[in-house]
Order: sequence, then structure tokens, then C-alpha cells
Amino acid sequence: MSRDINRILIGTLSLVLAGVWGLPFLYSVWTAFHPERYAANFQWNAPITFDNFFEAWNSAPFALYFMNTFILITIVLIANFILCTLVAYAFVRYRFRWAGILFALVMVQLLISPEILIVENYLTLSQIGLTDTIIGIALPYLTSAFGIFLLRQTFMTVPKSLDEAAQIEGAGAWRVLWTVYVPLARPIYLAYGLVMVSFHWNNFLWPLIVTNSPEVRPVTVGLSVFATVESGIEWSLVNAATLMTTAPLIIAFIIFQRQFVANFMRAGIK
Amino acid sequence: MNKRLPIGLGFILLVIPCSLLAAFTHYPAVKALVNSMWNNASSFRPSKFVGFENYEAMLADDRLSQVLLNSTLYAIGTVPLAIGLSIGMALLVNSKLPGTWLMRLSFFMPTMLPLVAVANIWLFFYAPGIGLASQILSSFGLPSINFLGRTDTSLVSMMVVAIWKEAGLFMIFYLAALQGIPANLKDAARLEGAGSVRVFIDVVMPLLRPTTIFVAVNALINAFRLVDHIIVMTRGGPNNSSALLLYYIYEVTFAHRDFAYGATLTVLMVVILGLLAALQFWVLNRKAHYQ
Repeated sequence: MSRDINRILIGTLSLVLAGVWGLPFLYSVWTAFHPERYAANFQWNAPITFDNFFEAWNSAPFALYFMNTFILITIVLIANFILCTLVAYAFVRYRFRWAGILFALVMVQLLISPEILIVENYLTLSQIGLTDTIIGIALPYLTSAFGIFLLRQTFMTVPKSLDEAAQIEGAGAWRVLWTVYVPLARPIYLAYGLVMVSFHWNNFLWPLIVTNSPEVRPVTVGLSVFATVESGIEWSLVNAATLMTTAPLIIAFIIFQRQFVANFMRAGIK
Repeated sequence: MNKRLPIGLGFILLVIPCSLLAAFTHYPAVKALVNSMWNNASSFRPSKFVGFENYEAMLADDRLSQVLLNSTLYAIGTVPLAIGLSIGMALLVNSKLPGTWLMRLSFFMPTMLPLVAVANIWLFFYAPGIGLASQILSSFGLPSINFLGRTDTSLVSMMVVAIWKEAGLFMIFYLAALQGIPANLKDAARLEGAGSVRVFIDVVMPLLRPTTIFVAVNALINAFRLVDHIIVMTRGGPNNSSALLLYYIYEVTFAHRDFAYGATLTVLMVVILGLLAALQFWVLNRKAHYQ
């Protein structure tokens, strides 16, 4: 009997906690779907409207921002898939002098990530004349220690016998990589790709520093400019723009939920 | 035994990708150290070697001591609370209560949003008069508080945002760890008469330790690395009360255009992160000795 009461108590408590936790987001959603004059006074029967979304979409070049983020993510994804694969392959399949030291040096990037080196990276970028370009935003992120680590862990699980069988059939280094190692790591590529997409969709400080013109701004920077300057701080518009810019990520997350969670757990193994 | 790496192949596999990585990780770290010993160039004189002058300026910088105090408070305030909350969330979501999917969604939603979006949502939430925070206060007959505009509340308000954003992600790690705990361990403890609190403290908690170490390290690094919400919500203000170290680096370098001092602060940042990594190493090694 007391167990049941306990269950009900804990159940109620947890629902309250979940409700409170969701409150800031729900309030933002509610405001985005209602006319501006209801932003300050909450009413159950306020009319629902989509106008905020149309108005926000039309008052800043969001389509362009989305396109820029899309290009940025495509560049980073392709570069990471290729470059991290190459490095991981070298570490797993070959022996060479100072391999241990080199690996440790690569792993330094897990701690000292490009986000905290904004000062010098900006100077480098302006020396080579790539500020205010999408490739400039992407440049520090084209290889990542995290990707190399993940792929190395995966490649190490590939049975040596498969590798040798391919060699006996006359496959060279590139064919072995392409026909043995890469196919076996496919789930990792998907999971790592998802993490990269979410990271670069969210990344803000570096693109904010590098970009000046709307033509190259990714959505996060575009959103912050819109929220502070262009909207005239009209809350329903700001909230609509906030939702609009995050919706694709939320939808992608719901579709790929399993891989996301699986990858976060895999990251936990290290 | 692996084959020796042929030079030509090694060039393609290692040299090109690794030099790209080094160009934006090791090179800037070393260059920050070098630049921290030079002053800024201006239009009528080139930059010249000044030795430790920038470091002396750093030691005398009152704003920096405020910023470092803020960063420390921020780390101490967010990391343990986010960990505690995420363990609680994982236990709730892992329980057999009705409505766990709703909890999972509610707890995890903030993690999916970009920090800039989270900042906008909370900016609205805190907005004096209009925001939900004010409305809740006024429904209890309390005066509204300008959370972001007061020196005594701005940093705490930022901590709340960070915890809200991160706890859901940590919950996922704990959920994985909880589901990996064999049921027979808990059953054995129960057979010996342990209540659910005892089972949690004596059986579950020790098994969650590796996860806690991993989460704590990540949370700590994030506490230093993420300042998007500061930029959007307070710009370090009012009166530096919510400025964190990386935000200060950003402001010094890109608002005041003081690149030499920015480099000096970057060195400080790298040293702090290095010390935290060493601490992590030490904690992990100590743990290994106990086993």
C-alpha cells in the first residue's frame, strides 16, 4: 500500500519536474504561434497564427543563411570523412617511427579545440585572405581528433584475416581501405556525420568572428543578428525565428534518434 | 606485425591531414605564446619584443581577476549541479513510471537546440515584465526582477541556462550506464535486506563512477569553451558580472582590437585547460590504484 503511494508521489514529482524543465521552451513555442500582443499576457483562447514565421522569414535572408550552413556542413563532412579515414588507416594498419607521439599530438586537439584559439586562428585566416568566406569558417574543422579517434577504434576491430585475404587477391593499400575497412565502419560514419552536423549547425563564436557579410553567414549568426538588430526585439518574431532555425535539426534528430544516442554512448567508452 | 609505412603513402595518409590539423591547433597555440611577448603594431611603428610585459599587465588587470573569479564560480556552480540533476533524470527516465517518454523528451530537448537558440529562449524567459520569470513572480505578488541586468543575479542566470542546456545530454550517458548494470547485483543486495536508497548508494553509485568522471571532464571543458549565451544575453555585463574567460578573450581581441593581450589570455586559457587535463589524469590514475 505504501509502495503504491510512493509510486504515485514520485510519478507526480517527476511529471512536475519534466513540466518545469520544458516550460521555457514551451513558452517560446506558444509565443511564436500567437500574435505579438499576447506575448506579454498569456490567454488559453488566444488565436493561433503562423504570421510570425512568414514575417521573420521575409525580414531577414534566412534562405541564404540556411544555404550557407548547408554548404559549410557539406564541406566539413566530406573533408572529415576523407582526412580522418586516412589518418586512422595509417595508425591502424602501418608501423612507423614516432607513431605514439604523433597520436598523442593529434589527441591534444580534444582538449585545445579551435574554439579557444580564436585569436591566432583569426590572424592566420586574415593572412591567407580567407576571412568572410565559408571555406574560412570550415578550415579549422576539416580534420578532427575526435573523428580520427572514433575511426581508429573502429578500424582496430576489423579482423586481420579479412585484410590478408584481400591482399592475397592482389588488392593494394587503397583497395583494402575502400573494400575492407570503410564498409565495416559504415555505422560509425553515419553516427559521426550526425554529430558533425549538429556541432556545425550549433557552432556560433567562430563563424561570428570570421563573417561580416550576410552572404556567408550561417544560421546561428544570422539568428543572433536578427534577434538583436533586425527584429526590433519583437518577441513573437524572435521566437518564431529561433524555432524556424532549429526545426531542421530537431526533425533530423527525431529521424536518427537511435544513431545519435548510440554515438553519444560510444563517445562515453573512451 | 604491421607493415612499415612507405614514404609516399605516408605523405598522403599522414602529412597532409595532420599538417592541416596542426595549422589550426598546435601552430596557433605556439604562436599565441610567441605573440604574447610582443606588443601590438600600429600604423607608425611595428610590433616589438616586450618580454613579459603583457604578463605583468595581466597580473595587474582587475577585470581579469573578476573574470577568473566568475569562471571559477561558473564551473563550480554548473558542473556538480548538472551532474546531480542528470543522474536524477536518468533514474526517473529509467524507472518503470508512466510517461517516461515525455520526461525523456522534455529533458533532452534543450540539448538539441543550438546554444544561440537556447540563449534567445532564455532571454525571453528572463525579460523583465514580459518574460515568464516575471509573470510567475508577479502571480505570487512579488516585484519583477531584471535577472540579466543586475550584478548579483546575472552570473547565476547564465548558470541556469548552461545547466538547462547540458543536463539532458549527460542524462543520456547515465542512462546508458544504468542500463548496463546487471540486475542480479541489485537483486542480491535486496535479498540481503537493502532498501532502494542503500542499493543506489552502495551498488549503483560505484558503478556509475567511470561515467561521472567522463561527464565531469566534459562539463568542465564546456564550462570554459562555450560562451555563446554570454555573447547573446549579457555581453559579460552588467559591470563584468557575467564575463567568462573566453568571452573576455573575445572582447579584448575583437572589440578592443588588442591582439597581443588576446594572445596572452589565450596562453592563460591553454595553461588552465592543461592543468585540468593533468588533474583528470591524476584522478583516473588514482582510481586505477584502488581497483
